[in-house]
Amino acid sequence: MDLAFTKEEQAFREEVRQFFRDNVPPDTRRKLVEGRHLTKDEMVTWWRILNKKGWGVSHWPTQYGGTGWTSVQHYIFNEELQSYPAPQPLAFGVSMVGPVIYTFGNEEQKKKYLPRIANVDDWWCQGFSEPGSGSDLASLKTKAERKGDKWIINGQKTWTTLAQHADMIFCLCRTDNNAKKQMGISFIVFSMKSKGVTVRPIQTIDGGHEVNEVFFDDVEVPVENLIGEENKGWDYAKFLLGNERTGIARVGVSKERIRRIKELASKVESGGKPIIQDAAFREKLAACEIELKALELTQLRVVADEGKHGKGKPNPASSVLKIKGSEIQQTTTELLMEVIGPFAAPYDVHGDDGSNEAMDWTAQIAPSYFNNRKVSIYGGSNEIQRNIIAKAVLGL
Amino acid sequence: MDFDLSEEQRLLKESIDGLLTDSYDFEQRKKYMAEKGGWSKTVWLKLAEQGLLGLPFSEADGGFGGGGVETMIVMEALGKALVLEPYLATVVIGGGFLRHAGTDAQKAAHVPGIIDGSKTLAFAQLEKSSRYDLFDVTTTAKKKGDAYIIDGEKFVVLNGENADTLIVTARTRGDRRDRSGIGVFLVPANAKGVAKKSYPTQDGLHAADITFTGVEVGADAVLGNPEDSLALIERVVDEARVALCAEAVGLMDESLKTTVEYIKTRKQFGVAIGSFQSLQHRASDMFVAAEQARSMSMFATMANDFEDAKERTNAIAAAKVQVGKSLKFVGQQSIQLHGGIGMTMEAKIGHYFKRLTMIENSFGDTDYHQRRVADAGGLI
Repeated sequence: MDLAFTKEEQAFREEVRQFFRDNVPPDTRRKLVEGRHLTKDEMVTWWRILNKKGWGVSHWPTQYGGTGWTSVQHYIFNEELQSYPAPQPLAFGVSMVGPVIYTFGNEEQKKKYLPRIANVDDWWCQGFSEPGSGSDLASLKTKAERKGDKWIINGQKTWTTLAQHADMIFCLCRTDNNAKKQMGISFIVFSMKSKGVTVRPIQTIDGGHEVNEVFFDDVEVPVENLIGEENKGWDYAKFLLGNERTGIARVGVSKERIRRIKELASKVESGGKPIIQDAAFREKLAACEIELKALELTQLRVVADEGKHGKGKPNPASSVLKIKGSEIQQTTTELLMEVIGPFAAPYDVHGDDGSNEAMDWTAQIAPSYFNNRKVSIYGGSNEIQRNIIAKAVLGL
Repeated sequence: MDFDLSEEQRLLKESIDGLLTDSYDFEQRKKYMAEKGGWSKTVWLKLAEQGLLGLPFSEADGGFGGGGVETMIVMEALGKALVLEPYLATVVIGGGFLRHAGTDAQKAAHVPGIIDGSKTLAFAQLEKSSRYDLFDVTTTAKKKGDAYIIDGEKFVVLNGENADTLIVTARTRGDRRDRSGIGVFLVPANAKGVAKKSYPTQDGLHAADITFTGVEVGADAVLGNPEDSLALIERVVDEARVALCAEAVGLMDESLKTTVEYIKTRKQFGVAIGSFQSLQHRASDMFVAAEQARSMSMFATMANDFEDAKERTNAIAAAKVQVGKSLKFVGQQSIQLHGGIGMTMEAKIGHYFKRLTMIENSFGDTDYHQRRVADAGGLI
């Protein structure tokens, strides 16, 4: 057992850090620090910088443009990316549909989609959840019917993140009504510009527009857009959801936020002195930092295990990462709320143009707190994660 | 970065797990508890035979040169089996003082007896009002020629009843809460002026309150610098905290395992109660808590070797906080999920809960260490 990073790993961290310092557009970083939403352009610009460097799809196999890094290097890269902070790669393309295509797709599909995913020539979104199918995803109803050389798709998806920017969607559709619910689902990809696709925004409690409803009305999709085998879509969906394991804890995001809490808490006063000098506040913050350190170590254990024993089956410990990671993210946003106190209230009257620095640093704190309630709901709610632990780890 | 055990470490784990599986089930433990002194000399000698009592000592001192990971492996195993024998007091703490500060003569006088199992030690540190502050010392050691005269009272000295040698913290100069002026002394338990009042502790161990009245020891009793040994005390107590974290991880593992087995077999309403989601989620939360504690126990083990004492202490304090929170949750919920049977002396789960609870209040509780981490500016 040796828990220290090697010299090579430390040098790699420095290289990554330096690249971010030199290449992340300052305004993009500022917006992330303040918890603001980025424009499509800002995100795509950064992802193309990353892709040009060869780090856009770092965890893919090297023949498709991956880096061949070790598990520890991936961990370091993610941590530095999150804590710089810089925008993380678009998960829907890079972490979700990309691996499904290079694992289950045919050669033509790999050639057609993978380079465009890497360079974000296509913005992908995920068509999984439906109004009646949340945690019980396999009950989904969106239908794909085979007619000649086309699929005819009808139905509705919801919680479709950033569909307003999307060029492509990967969609779970029911292709066999008679089979057991998990057995009759297929994984189909198609253009969001297709006739019959309608995107309707959902405004969330933070006032933001991240998620959408997407309607399909007799959408015609070429038959070759099926990925893998017909009616095997559930397997691919499970593969996809189990694929993203170690990034899910978002340790870097929470670290960055703790640094911000400390910075703000040394400026904002309470009782005539900075809040950071208040014993009760400081102990709450320390408690959060300790939880985060434990999570970081738990994550490193999973990373080291993957590096040594191969990725293989999804590791149930990833449920621990999801539960604690989301709880800690939420705690950090709570602590920020506590720091700004009554100045949580004003709505973002100045917009995000950075014109009023005095107010801007408080503007997104309440919305970010509201927005972060999502992290214990999405990606398999924390209750679902507890079901997974009970079943897969404890055998209950 | 590597969390796997080496081949030698794996063998060590197998050997102690094997020994305890054979000789330390819950029924056997009850017998050991009834023996004179409250633990089994036979088991102690078995530990010695397998080299476990000499584990952390250097080969030059007759030991095996084991490091933090080796101690972690042993403490986890001792926790899992709810072992009563004084490994912490004798090998970890007593041995720690001798390893870090013992002269060749002191080591020659004490280490062989520890390694062969013939001698045990106890750490007489806690005072009536010192609580968790190691520098809060009123017991005095006054110089008289080459000798020292020790006067004062120490409380809840684990293994104090049985120990052959007491390791006593005492003030050679300064006031009660001065950080300097504290020395550490090796005092024979049968020295003139040592009076002990022994009792069992809540978790089935044994401790003693010990009064020192004009106890005279020679210069050969002094461990380290008699005027300035707080750093030494902090170092050894940090090692004890790390060991307690590992013991707690072993206790939590066994508590969770026992509880999950119980809810799989206990039937109500015609089904195993483990089929109910509220119980499943509770058990999952116990698993999460135990894993977070395990991570921090490993972190603390690593921190033991940090060169910077402040960094070391801060990391170990953080570990004690996480372990303290986890053990409280796992311990309490183990009782809750067992229901009425968990409240009985007859069931083993309650005994695990009690040992876990006493660990939280040893060498600094959760609040104490959380405050230390906060005062040090956190970890990030």
